[in-house]
Amino acid sequence: MTHSESDRDRGELSLAPGDEHLGGDVFSEGIWSYVIGLGLATLLTLVSFFIARTTLVWQPSIPVALTVLAVAQMGVHLVFFLHITSGPDNVNNVLALAFGVLIVFLVIVGSLWIMAHMNQNMLPMDQIMQMQR
Amino acid sequence: MTGIDALAGRGWDPSHPPLVAEHAAGALATKRIIVGYGFWIFLLSDIVMFSAFFAAYAVLRDATAGGPRGADLFDTGNVAIETACLLLSSFTCGIAMVAAQGRRALWFYAAMTVTFLFGIGFIDLEVREFVSLTAQGAGPTRSAFLSAFFTLVGCHGMHVTAGLLWLLTMMAQVFAKGFRPDILRRLLCFSLFWHALDIIWVAIFSVVYLMGVAA
Repeated sequence: MTHSESDRDRGELSLAPGDEHLGGDVFSEGIWSYVIGLGLATLLTLVSFFIARTTLVWQPSIPVALTVLAVAQMGVHLVFFLHITSGPDNVNNVLALAFGVLIVFLVIVGSLWIMAHMNQNMLPMDQIMQMQR
Repeated sequence: MTGIDALAGRGWDPSHPPLVAEHAAGALATKRIIVGYGFWIFLLSDIVMFSAFFAAYAVLRDATAGGPRGADLFDTGNVAIETACLLLSSFTCGIAMVAAQGRRALWFYAAMTVTFLFGIGFIDLEVREFVSLTAQGAGPTRSAFLSAFFTLVGCHGMHVTAGLLWLLTMMAQVFAKGFRPDILRRLLCFSLFWHALDIIWVAIFSVVYLMGVAA
């Protein structure tokens, strides 16, 4: 922990979890993380927009590909922009994130799953209307 | 690096119990880490709220009530520009934070201004899109699909608008009070908020727009 001395000296100005350290030229060091993130995010976005329109791939695979690309891009944003890393000073943030992802997964997949089954088991709406007359 | 090391179980070596003062210094997370953690919890709860809107949209996607579908309405060119605006504003927001940490006021103001301009450009495009949809008779009252669409995308737009107001506030605070530790903590929260909005936009352009035109 070579940084602990300088961190303590700086007191409250010490860095947030995952932030770059203030050794050397802060400006150029800190910016690199954002430049890499911007590059990767741009690449993934371009692929997403390309995939959505292309006829080169099997059509039913497109939503799956878009989902995978979106999740990958969110990962890029989390690591390079929000600096959520696997470092020891970031444990709490990662645990909170894991819990958030669990809830998001349950809400979205659960809703889709239940509603798809209900649609399957229910009469079509026009027939329900006829029964009510 | 002093703080959560000890909480995470590193830095504790039973064979060499540290001095009391040293231990206390090691166990206390800095204010900046605690503030960032608290705001991160808020952001996650915001994302959970968005997940409910996403679930509603996904369920109601095909409930068009005989009206237009996503593929009839969405303009991917417009969405691409909106995406570029938000991604670049996220990047310049990061530059502004690096500048603030290095106490470079000019870089900070310049990067924040560019962030604001990209953000306002995004809002402008989105408002135009909403107005044109409503003018085509595809307003939020047309079908359950469009209600869910306007709720989800509009809620994100409201967040961006709030973020823009916050951005101006932060510029004013830095101007009035300088790079004080408490101002830097607020800047940290603002940057986390702004990056989180971009994450939600990634989900929106993928799920709503691109899947809408692909299907």
